[in-house]
Amino acid sequence: MAKSALLKSSIGKKYWMALTGLFLCLFLVGHLAGNLQLLFGTQLQFNEYALFMTTNPAVKILSYVTYISILFHAIDGILLTIQNKKARPIGYAKNNAGANSAWASRNMAVLGTLILIFIATHMVNFWAKMHFTTMPLQKITVEAQPGATQDFYLTSGWGQDKFIPVQSVDGENIVLDGRDFYYTKPLKVKFAEGYKDLHTITIEFFKDPKWGLAFTIFYVFSMAVLAFHLLHGFNSAFQSLGANNPKYTPAIKVFGKGFAIIVPLLFAIIPLYIHFFK
Amino acid sequence: MNLTLKIWRQKNAQDKGQLVDYKISDVSPDMSFLEMLDVLNDGLVEKGDEPVAFDHDCREGICGMCSLYINGEAHGPDRGVTTCQLHMRMFKDGDTIFIEPFRAKAFPVIKDLVVDRSAFDRIQHAGGFISVNTSGNTQDANAIPIPKHDADRAFDAATCIGCGACVATCKNSSAMLFVSAKVSQFALLPQGKVEAAERVLNMVEQMDHEGFGNCTNTGACEIECPKGISLENIARMNREYFKASIK
Repeated sequence: MAKSALLKSSIGKKYWMALTGLFLCLFLVGHLAGNLQLLFGTQLQFNEYALFMTTNPAVKILSYVTYISILFHAIDGILLTIQNKKARPIGYAKNNAGANSAWASRNMAVLGTLILIFIATHMVNFWAKMHFTTMPLQKITVEAQPGATQDFYLTSGWGQDKFIPVQSVDGENIVLDGRDFYYTKPLKVKFAEGYKDLHTITIEFFKDPKWGLAFTIFYVFSMAVLAFHLLHGFNSAFQSLGANNPKYTPAIKVFGKGFAIIVPLLFAIIPLYIHFFK
Repeated sequence: MNLTLKIWRQKNAQDKGQLVDYKISDVSPDMSFLEMLDVLNDGLVEKGDEPVAFDHDCREGICGMCSLYINGEAHGPDRGVTTCQLHMRMFKDGDTIFIEPFRAKAFPVIKDLVVDRSAFDRIQHAGGFISVNTSGNTQDANAIPIPKHDADRAFDAATCIGCGACVATCKNSSAMLFVSAKVSQFALLPQGKVEAAERVLNMVEQMDHEGFGNCTNTGACEIECPKGISLENIARMNREYFKASIK
């Protein structure tokens, strides 16, 4: 019995919901930090980051843990919800649930389903494009000679080692998107695969003349859903893991509320800013 | 007070059952809710109708027999009381009051408002006890030093009367507040520590087996519990269960 207890029992399932949920909260922080570069970073910086996120081996491991966590959290959640529905085959004619519990806490399955739909569409819109399609590459305009410019693509090796994606320029100062480089000897030509221009894809997505506003509304709505899910989920995870104590629970609750509001809010600002001000 | 009562009537476990409307007049605000039902039943008996069946025993809030889901809340709208301690002054003249049985797959309706809560007994049998020698040389429990804090927590948990309001209230029909109270009252005391691991594993297994739902930490049980059993007990049970599972 004890062997299956951590997987099959009601309490075991709750541990997994809590652990995967908290891991996904960490993921949200990382994802948000990356996304905020759309507001505070340059195009180059964002595309560099996107490349790093799709190629770095440590990130790869983390991303698989994230996919598994999302799937496990969703499947476990569905199983729990089905069991919970079965536990009361005949409902009440009148149920004043609002008198004793918060709306979000009673609607985690609905909120979670909406988030899952959002994740699916979000991955189709950006993740799948980044991973599986040939995307436009980021072009950098370089001033090769006074008054004459030329377009280049940055390569994935840029900034790390040998090759710099610029046609030979006679030992002059080159301006790359705000960064200054000075070369003392002629450089070799290297047109490599270049950075996928996720930055432009993202801007165009939310500025799409036909669908941009709808996408923006959908993304902001989904972040509101996420906020409600977190409002219950963050603190609930600690309770499920057995962390409930008069000493530190009030602090966890305050932190959880702040997390649930601030993180989705910052996420939501990004499409709003792009759509209306970019 | 004049009231309209919408009461769940069900002949037996097999019957489909339905809400039936009753008008009742001259209800005193000082009556308890069960006294009001007594008056209703007197009237029904006089008319030759079948009285409404409902559970009750001590009528002073300690036996855990009375139940009822009144206007959408277990033991009605008041806090920290059982139905027998609920008074009609909580309602207004002309109110319509829904009176339903506690609903859960694990609490099947026997008749009208009476449900079978013996699932709780079976959970208790699975581990809600300590094994002591009662042959005459039993150690005086007070001879064992116990920190006041622990003793208070254990006693708080032990005030659970097993009425089932937590299950009735929970959107998932989860029995975790009840089970965690029964686990906690022993887990906190030296006498209970001996069998702590088996207890929590067996009680949770029985709880799952009875068909109760899973806790989603809505906290509704804690609010509706007539004895104010805290959610901290569920967290404690979760810790105890983890400790026992990895042993």
